[in-house]
Amino acid sequence: MTGILSLTTFTPLVGVAAIILLRLFRSHEDEQTVRAVKWITLVTTLATFALSVLLVMQYDPANPGFQFVEDHAWFAGLHYRMGVDGISILFVLLTAFLMPICIAASWFSIDKRVPAYMVAFLVLETLVIGVFCALDLVLFYLFFEFGLVPMFLIIGIWGGKNRVYAAYKFFLYTLLGSVLMLAAILVMISVAGTASIPELMNYKFDEHLQTWLWLAFFASFAVKMPMWPVHTWLPDAHVEAPTAGSVILAGILLKMGGYGFLRFSLPMFPQASDLFTPLVFALSVIAVVYTSLVAFRQTDIKKLIAYSSVAHMGFVTMGIFAGNAIGVQGAIFQMLSHGVISGALFLCVGVVYDRMHTREIAFYGGLVNRMPWYAATFLLFTMGNVGLPGTSGFIGEITTMVGVYEISTWTAVVAATGVIFSAVYALTLYKRVVFGEITNPALADITDLDWREVAIFAPLIAMTLYLGVYPAAVFDLTQASVDNLAAVYRAAIGG
Amino acid sequence: MTFSQDLALAAPELILAIGALGLLVIGAFAPRAATALMLASIGALILAAWAAAVGPIGRGFSGGLIADNASAFAKVAIYLASAVAIVLGQKWFERKAIRNFEFPILILLAALGMGMMASAGDLISLYMGVELHSLALYVLAAMHREDAKASEAGLKYFVLGALSSGLLLYGASLIYGFAGSTRFDEIAAVVQSGAGTGVLFGLVFLICGLAFKVSAAPFHMWTPDVYEGAPTPVVAFFAGAPKLAAMVLFARVLTEAFPGAVEQWRQVLVVIALLSIFVGALAGLAQQNLKRLWAYSSIANVGYAVLGLASGSPEGVQAMLVFMVLYMVDVTGFFACLTALSRDGRPMETISDMAGLYKERPGMALAMTAFSLSALGLPPFSGFWAKFYVFKAALSVGEPMIVIAAVLGLVGSVIAAFYYLRLIKVMWFDTAPSGTDPLPREAQVVAISAALFTFPVVMGALIFLDPLAKAAAAAFGLAS
Repeated sequence: MTGILSLTTFTPLVGVAAIILLRLFRSHEDEQTVRAVKWITLVTTLATFALSVLLVMQYDPANPGFQFVEDHAWFAGLHYRMGVDGISILFVLLTAFLMPICIAASWFSIDKRVPAYMVAFLVLETLVIGVFCALDLVLFYLFFEFGLVPMFLIIGIWGGKNRVYAAYKFFLYTLLGSVLMLAAILVMISVAGTASIPELMNYKFDEHLQTWLWLAFFASFAVKMPMWPVHTWLPDAHVEAPTAGSVILAGILLKMGGYGFLRFSLPMFPQASDLFTPLVFALSVIAVVYTSLVAFRQTDIKKLIAYSSVAHMGFVTMGIFAGNAIGVQGAIFQMLSHGVISGALFLCVGVVYDRMHTREIAFYGGLVNRMPWYAATFLLFTMGNVGLPGTSGFIGEITTMVGVYEISTWTAVVAATGVIFSAVYALTLYKRVVFGEITNPALADITDLDWREVAIFAPLIAMTLYLGVYPAAVFDLTQASVDNLAAVYRAAIGG
Repeated sequence: MTFSQDLALAAPELILAIGALGLLVIGAFAPRAATALMLASIGALILAAWAAAVGPIGRGFSGGLIADNASAFAKVAIYLASAVAIVLGQKWFERKAIRNFEFPILILLAALGMGMMASAGDLISLYMGVELHSLALYVLAAMHREDAKASEAGLKYFVLGALSSGLLLYGASLIYGFAGSTRFDEIAAVVQSGAGTGVLFGLVFLICGLAFKVSAAPFHMWTPDVYEGAPTPVVAFFAGAPKLAAMVLFARVLTEAFPGAVEQWRQVLVVIALLSIFVGALAGLAQQNLKRLWAYSSIANVGYAVLGLASGSPEGVQAMLVFMVLYMVDVTGFFACLTALSRDGRPMETISDMAGLYKERPGMALAMTAFSLSALGLPPFSGFWAKFYVFKAALSVGEPMIVIAAVLGLVGSVIAAFYYLRLIKVMWFDTAPSGTDPLPREAQVVAISAALFTFPVVMGALIFLDPLAKAAAAAFGLAS
């Protein structure tokens, strides 16, 4: 089935075209047009999801190489080259899974410039799927870099009070990281004479050059991830972004950093990765412990979850650079699980924010009295965030730490304390928002989840529990590619 | 080479020269036939572009005129840009009730001069070309006579331009004095056997003169003032084509006359490139007027083009050519937007004028967003591909100095990103004050087509542009 990857990637653009046509025929945004735009977007994202499910069903898990490969020559030696392996395919699925949820979550909460908002999301979906499918360095960079623009607009137009500052910070931070990556990409093309990712994986770069290239890629992915100490853009971006923007940011955009490490840093620069592993471990441990403590001190719910994301991403970087099969498996699983759980947590914040228009923790309290269903949902995802056995969060953390333990005992031990810290801040948050008596009179009339919100949370709950009790669903798909990656990496560094 | 063969090589120049003089006579007797003059000038430019594209290749007039793939490439781009400039400008002057029939003819003369710059084979034709196009541009800048700022722009441009011509001429005379010839190939032969201090001294003066013409720092001072004062459609013209011509001439002089002194001129160019990139990026941060802002943006962008040239490889020259052509479309489109937009009869020229533009003029707002993102160098817009070529060439030279310059250049582009983002922010995030005037059709068409070129047309256009620029770059005598 060649062409299915391009089809999945560019289907959202069909929705964009439909919206633009609709806007051309109806020059003013009346209610009917807005509703039509919303439905077009929802149907498009659902169609993309259906395609990605089809993709996963057609995927052959026993084959560690790239599948559904498409290759067309372009200009100046560049190619339009697409393909997925066990590492990337699940991110395509995750993206397509979260998008309809985001659209549904924005149904009523976005009330200005709806067509532009929907177009931004659809374009973003194409770009993110493209990032995970691209097998040409320049094509990858196109998708990776242009993703900044829709996100910049989403934060800047539909964001909160301080949105302009957050949008700039997000854009400039990430841009600085990625121009260094661009320099590295250009050097790689001129040294190796090809921009093809599969070919570059087999190309052995000179060790000295590897160090520089690794650092340039690290600059980009560490910002994206984000790793301590270049994480400071994330809390701002999260707090100011609209709910769906936060979901996409935490659920998918952060994963592009981890994906980048797996796709480029480990296979293409193995010696440099080995050399810098202690650095990555140190930064990851600091991220896990320090940002957990910072999270505990937050007064804004979204900011707290944002810091908790940074802490959880610390586990991911640790697992990736453990460089063994189980660590990498754990990192991928952790990324998927975090994509679902943190996305769901931001949606939980969105539910109360839509009703009360504040995210101050102190404003809330006693929600369980008025919103029992909400309390149960929020509890499940809080537990998932803490890593309670039975939820997907547990599997991700435990496998990652097993992998890291094999490489560096101390790193794993210190990181394990992060699990305790995460329980401290997450449960405290839950207690202060949900438990107790309602003391704030403004909360007296707050309503529980409506049917739309239930429909949004249902797939997320199902996914969290399903992956928590049956992680093999993921591991079976990633196994062959990850084993291959780890074996090649271990062989290259001679360990 | 016989005289008729010489003339065949100069066919585009002859078409333009005869066309311009003929139209001048017609215009003097029938000044009201403005539309006919405009159409005839555009016809002459297209004819000249065609002649340049299919014409013979060789050197004529004892080496003074070179017709090769490079000159053909540059001429086609320059002539077409000039034709667009005539369309943009003519209507603008008519709306301002300035009925000077000379406008299209001056553009023709400028195009003639620029074509000669692209074809220059010795120092004399170099100077002829530079002066011919400069004089036409000085007049164009001051063409809006009632406007004090336009007169100021024209005067400043003229005085500083004369200074740079002086530098150029002084350099040329030094080179002639020490090398004993004005022909590039003969200078090259002398330089090959060891470049003396005198020749290099002359070369540095020559580079300064040319850097002035392309508005590279530290010879950029005139640019913001002239851009701000001159009529907007005229700026759309001289921000693009003349820079392409001057860059081609730059490449011609350095590669044909001084291939033996690569090490020497590379240092000078790297300094000029980095200064331009950072002056453009940092000074742009403080600008409120969009024309001044884009002047600094053009300074920074010329820095990237010079960086491509500094690579001193065929890839570098190719990168420079692709860069300048893509940039020319970008900048023409942007100034076409500024030409189109006005509020209560007053042109919208400051950043705050653009507040909430998306609401009233979504097409213009989208176009200006595309130009800003393109100038920022964000993929997949044309500006990214322009920078892609330049940095790829610079990083593949393997010269540490160039590699460091390239990385610094990339960092410079992040600084500049701030002001492009500010424009986007104002257009999309802020709310609109009041209505804008109806858009003039021709400026709208130019702006929208240029915007479509920056994305997505560029992705296909590069398939054709890439080999053409490669062939053009191969015409310069550089070993890869």
